[in-house]
Amino acid sequence: MVSNRYLDDLINPEKNQNTFNLNSISKKDCEDLYRKLTFIREVEFKIAEERKNGEIGGPVHLAAGQEAIPVGISYHLNKNDYIFGAHRSHAHILALGSSLKGLFAEILGRSTGLSKGYGGSMHLIDKSVGFMGSVPIVAGTISLAVGAGFAISQKNTNSVSIAYIGDGGVEEGVFHESLNLASINNLPVIFVVENNLFSSHMDIKKRQPSSFTSRFAKANLINHKIIDGNNIIEVINASKDIIKETRENKKPWLIEAFTYRWFGHVDWREDIDVGTNRCRKSLNNWKLRCPIKRLKESLIEENIMDQSILDNIRTEIIDEINNTWEIALQEPFPEKNDLLKNIYFEKK
Amino acid sequence: MTNYITYSEAILEGFKYLLDNHKDVFVIGQGLWSPWYVGNTMRDLDKLYGKKRIIDTPVSENAVTGAAIGASLCGSKPIVVHPRMDFMLYAMDPIINQAAKWSYMFGGKANPQVTIRSIVNRGGEQGAQHSQILHSLFAHIPGLRVVMPYSVLDARDLLISSVLCKDPVIFIDDRWLYDEKDESKEVEKLNLEEVTSRKVLEGNDITIISSGYSTKISKNAIKIFNEANKNYSIELIDLRVINPINYDLILKSICKTKRFIVVDGGWKTCGLASEIISSVVEKLDPNILLSKPINLSLKNCPAPSANVLEREYYLSEQDIVSLLKRELLDS
Ligand SMILES: Cc1ncc(C[n+]2csc(CCOP(=O)(O)OP(=O)(O)O)c2C)c(N)n1
Ligand SMILES: [Mg+2]
Repeated sequence: MVSNRYLDDLINPEKNQNTFNLNSISKKDCEDLYRKLTFIREVEFKIAEERKNGEIGGPVHLAAGQEAIPVGISYHLNKNDYIFGAHRSHAHILALGSSLKGLFAEILGRSTGLSKGYGGSMHLIDKSVGFMGSVPIVAGTISLAVGAGFAISQKNTNSVSIAYIGDGGVEEGVFHESLNLASINNLPVIFVVENNLFSSHMDIKKRQPSSFTSRFAKANLINHKIIDGNNIIEVINASKDIIKETRENKKPWLIEAFTYRWFGHVDWREDIDVGTNRCRKSLNNWKLRCPIKRLKESLIEENIMDQSILDNIRTEIIDEINNTWEIALQEPFPEKNDLLKNIYFEKK
Repeated sequence: MTNYITYSEAILEGFKYLLDNHKDVFVIGQGLWSPWYVGNTMRDLDKLYGKKRIIDTPVSENAVTGAAIGASLCGSKPIVVHPRMDFMLYAMDPIINQAAKWSYMFGGKANPQVTIRSIVNRGGEQGAQHSQILHSLFAHIPGLRVVMPYSVLDARDLLISSVLCKDPVIFIDDRWLYDEKDESKEVEKLNLEEVTSRKVLEGNDITIISSGYSTKISKNAIKIFNEANKNYSIELIDLRVINPINYDLILKSICKTKRFIVVDGGWKTCGLASEIISSVVEKLDPNILLSKPINLSLKNCPAPSANVLEREYYLSEQDIVSLLKRELLDS
């Protein structure tokens, strides 16, 4: 049983700013996690900057601050799993190991992008890493992820299906239908609610009678676990057991991971002023709950890596991102006559 | 001194008029408590009229729309706001199976007096699920009235008449029109059942029929064409209501000009332009036409994201100018 205190702290921005206990993770894994989280963070910053200066033409929904959830969960996934996302999916596809150049090219509308320039930031696909697709219709892929569960059960493999959902997504009826359907059919689907307490401008308190969306798992007799989504170690450990059990027992799970986004709903601004209950103070506090900051401090505290090594890694990563961006800028645009291609499946 | 208002201000005026004069009106939809969600068209309504009448909602289009329909059956006059037409597809069941059917299905004993305002919001590399304009789909459904204002004052006056009309109305406004300006006038009280298409420009050589944003680009195209070709005059008809359509003005115009183009921002197949062309040739003797009717609609493909493809996808003034040249100069 989780204590009420634990739950209260999850949604209190002033709590959970502590370092992590790294005992369960090897030194190599620690470094790897630091690299992945930093990589995704810096990619989102780069995208924010290029959107701001007009190089990127379409809307971008950034996940800075929320990286630990996809990084932790993807740690236990492989290319035979099926992963579905929504509008805020850069982090998810990168956490699975997809190509940064492909992502950048897609956001820039180039024909070598992940969706060949047809999709942009909000419509990403990379089946080579198990990422089946992300779409901006809220809750649009939840039932599709349940469908992946059916396909897995038909084929009788030990893959799992992951449905990434926001706290806004649970408000669509299809979320509830999907939970029931997965439950009654014993499907290996893991619903991952990234609860960042906001749906565009609106605080969850104004939208739902409780800030805990996992209550819907209970209603559908689905096992669930509530975690600090900004604690990479907690995400890794919790999802390890859950993913293993789902592979074996073929029953759905729901993980509710609390987090907060650093940018506004869309694009590069912080949008402090447009939200109900979004303010400078809570954003600053949530920044103290930063998964990367906490990991970094833990690594230093436990003498696993020192500040200068960590900073060097970050600099290397930023250089690599900038290089990849320059390469993506050289990629070709689609041809005019591509417009009427791919409306129906075309043999290659 | 003349006062000018914009299309988006006109919508805001329409809301204020309704909320001031009709206590049974309330508004419900996503983004109503946010200054940036629906442009300026609903700015501060929550502060002026209170959060009980201006209701922001969870992300639940189906239930929100159904609830508004239900409230309308019980004496309220709700306006549902969908900030983007694509999101409204979750609400297709309450709109098509319920709102559109209740009057007929219950022998005229029920009338969902609900207005569903749907905002068209496309372009800007937003891609396939954030760019749709599905007016033809709603116009296909008997029992729904579908309103698509082009002019600034229509944006206000047709909103008001939609809400006061006894039937369910799909009111479609377009973000690409929000900065259009016109002289401000008193509210014109219109009975939606009597609202018909309107002549925007008088002409003799060809008729263009369009609605909403398509009327704007048609008007611009005519101006561009006429700058180079002063001897031709082109008649432009703005539909205003796309279901049910009154054809009187359209037929009269085509009998005069003997040529016509329908410009529509939706997809071509089973679209509004096809509907108008088929109705016109059914209603008049096609032998009077000097050339085949022209259907200028969107190409039959989803909206792409890449800007280079978007430019190929959306209709432009130039597309219309080319057609006018072909029809009037080359024939
Ligand atoms: C069906 C539908 N309704 C509304 C929207 C507008 N919209 C886009 S993202 C979003 C917020 C979703 O919040 P959440 O699911 O919590 O995801 P987050 O943005 O917090 O990652 C909304 C309302 C949409 N894209 N699709
Ligand atoms: Mg959210």
